Amino acid sequence: MKRYESWGRYPTIRDQKVLTISSRKAPLPLPDDERSVLPYGLGRSYGDSCVNDNNAIIDTSALSNLIAFDPNTGILRAESGVSLATILKVFVPKGWFLPVTPGTKFVTLGGAVANDIHGKNHHRAGTFGRHVSQFGLIRSSGEHLTCSPTSNSDLFRATIGGLGLTGLVTWVEIKLVSIKSPYLDTRTIKFRNLDEFVEVSRENDPVYDYSVSWVDCTTEGDQLGRGLFMAGNFSERRKSRQPKSLSIPFPCQAPSWLLNSYFMRSFNTLYYNKQLSRTVDALTHYEPFFYPLDAILDWNRMYGKRGFFQYQFVVPFDEKGETIKEIFRRITRSKRASFLAVLKTFGDIESPGIMSFPRKGITLALDFPNDGAPTLALMKELDTIVLQAGGSIYPAKDARMSHEAFLASHPRLAEFEPHIDPRFSSSFWRRVRN
Amino acid sequence: MKKIVIIGATSAVATETARCFALEGAELFIAGRSQEKLERLADDLRVRGAAVVHTGLFNARDLASHDQLLESAYHTLGEIDAALIAHGDLPDQTECQHSWIGTEQALATNFLSPVAFLTWLANYFEKRGTGNITAISSVAGDRGRQSNYIYGSAKGALSVFLQGLRNRLAPRGVSVTTIKPGFIDTPMTADIKKGPLFASAELVGTRVHKAMKRGDSVVYTPFFWRFIMLIIIHIPEFIFKRLKL
Repeated sequence: MKRYESWGRYPTIRDQKVLTISSRKAPLPLPDDERSVLPYGLGRSYGDSCVNDNNAIIDTSALSNLIAFDPNTGILRAESGVSLATILKVFVPKGWFLPVTPGTKFVTLGGAVANDIHGKNHHRAGTFGRHVSQFGLIRSSGEHLTCSPTSNSDLFRATIGGLGLTGLVTWVEIKLVSIKSPYLDTRTIKFRNLDEFVEVSRENDPVYDYSVSWVDCTTEGDQLGRGLFMAGNFSERRKSRQPKSLSIPFPCQAPSWLLNSYFMRSFNTLYYNKQLSRTVDALTHYEPFFYPLDAILDWNRMYGKRGFFQYQFVVPFDEKGETIKEIFRRITRSKRASFLAVLKTFGDIESPGIMSFPRKGITLALDFPNDGAPTLALMKELDTIVLQAGGSIYPAKDARMSHEAFLASHPRLAEFEPHIDPRFSSSFWRRVRN
Repeated sequence: MKKIVIIGATSAVATETARCFALEGAELFIAGRSQEKLERLADDLRVRGAAVVHTGLFNARDLASHDQLLESAYHTLGEIDAALIAHGDLPDQTECQHSWIGTEQALATNFLSPVAFLTWLANYFEKRGTGNITAISSVAGDRGRQSNYIYGSAKGALSVFLQGLRNRLAPRGVSVTTIKPGFIDTPMTADIKKGPLFASAELVGTRVHKAMKRGDSVVYTPFFWRFIMLIIIHIPEFIFKRLKL
């Protein structure tokens, strides 16, 4: 059964009307009363940006058709409810891959546009929006528009990263990239602390199209921010045997006592020491490389019924990485961090999206189990450091940032707001704008 | 299996089955009642890898036209390796209780129309030998319940028809597959409040594809419905008649 909630399962939804749209040519469904609407895809946004409590959502799952593909250019047009998983299933065997992919393939094209998602190749390819040539948009005025950099260009730039507030995206055209093999030549490098991370990243990012680091948020001192730098390029070698893909559903809600700080510390230590030598090279299939967590369906249940917060920010580079070190110290001291802390350097390739999150600097994403007030207080503390450093907080993962934090994170808000459709809103939007 | 006919192809389940065949590069003849929907699906199937996709329009109430539709499918494809009959309509039970007109229509759409298609297909495959005929019935046809017995009796009749057909065609090496889905989250059930037993059309459609390739006989999908129905069928009538089902 489909639950229309967010991935972090926080906040709890009380009353939300579910509308559906049957085809990309259909009129925009709207409630009979004054309630607002918000498009809903696969609900992988962590916070409340994909829900619209006390209002309505439009389930786009029926918009599941592929429309056209040009094998000479790699240009694919598909309806907005199509998931990245579907695109991979159809096109990887034909030698094509997504231009940009997040850490899960269970997101829709519409969601990828609305959040202007980024991936392990941000330093080389920028955000998803950079690879979108055009899309269809229905507005509550009844108009069906085609938006591209040349036609309805203002709406094009507002909708990319526009959190679903500018209208309903019905179809999207993207350019796939050609690959010779579904495998990547990967290299995993252990780093002992953040200084080493910066060094490893600077050395390897120019050589690898894809890179990301897992970091341990439980160690201090000269081991502060130790972790594993994982990088790869699609292989030129062909390997025909496909590993059997196995997904295991997370069976039930885990009891909340399970995720205590001792458990986290042991897990992190084990994970850090999974390789003994500093550098390990391998040939890795794209599934475990890009989507390690997709193998466990519904992994969000691990956090029990209270749900969890995800926190992601970007801060500009400073010479000694003082900002990021300060943030790590706070997190380590709080003993609240979880196993999923991910560090990456963003490049300076600009997105067409006005509200797009990624910008040049260093980004960290991590989970916090929801322990109520202390967790919220910690994140508020982190907000202050991030914003003082001129950084930004990611709306797609947020369920609690303040109005002020939102304003500071989005310097071009005034440029965006005129393009919001008057009938569209979200729980997130009402929270940060009131 | 290369050449596939799908009747009622724009239904949520059949669409997913068609997509599985498209990924394998099959040649497809898809039929439905809306040209616009068929065109949209045909484009989708081509992008996914179908070698060729042909479309045909039909109206389930116009039984006389059914032979002609299959004739044209046969002529466009050259031959047929497998056929799926997937159309159906959930009637308004209360309305049917007040007037037999609704019941007649429900029986025409859910039983007589599939039978018209199956009759042509049975004779075609009997002559040809080898191949698969699959039709989507329902767990609702396993036992009559007060809330849904009009639809249930149409599907029950279809299940019995398929059972007989399977018996007739088995010696010719032709498999006949009865699909019995439980609750599916589709436009047909849009107005029903969804419980935990609802399955996605993708899951059911993928199972149908597998059943057609293997030539299964009776498939409950998702699988746990076989056990649920086993219990339901075996509740003694003197108890069952008092239940609110």
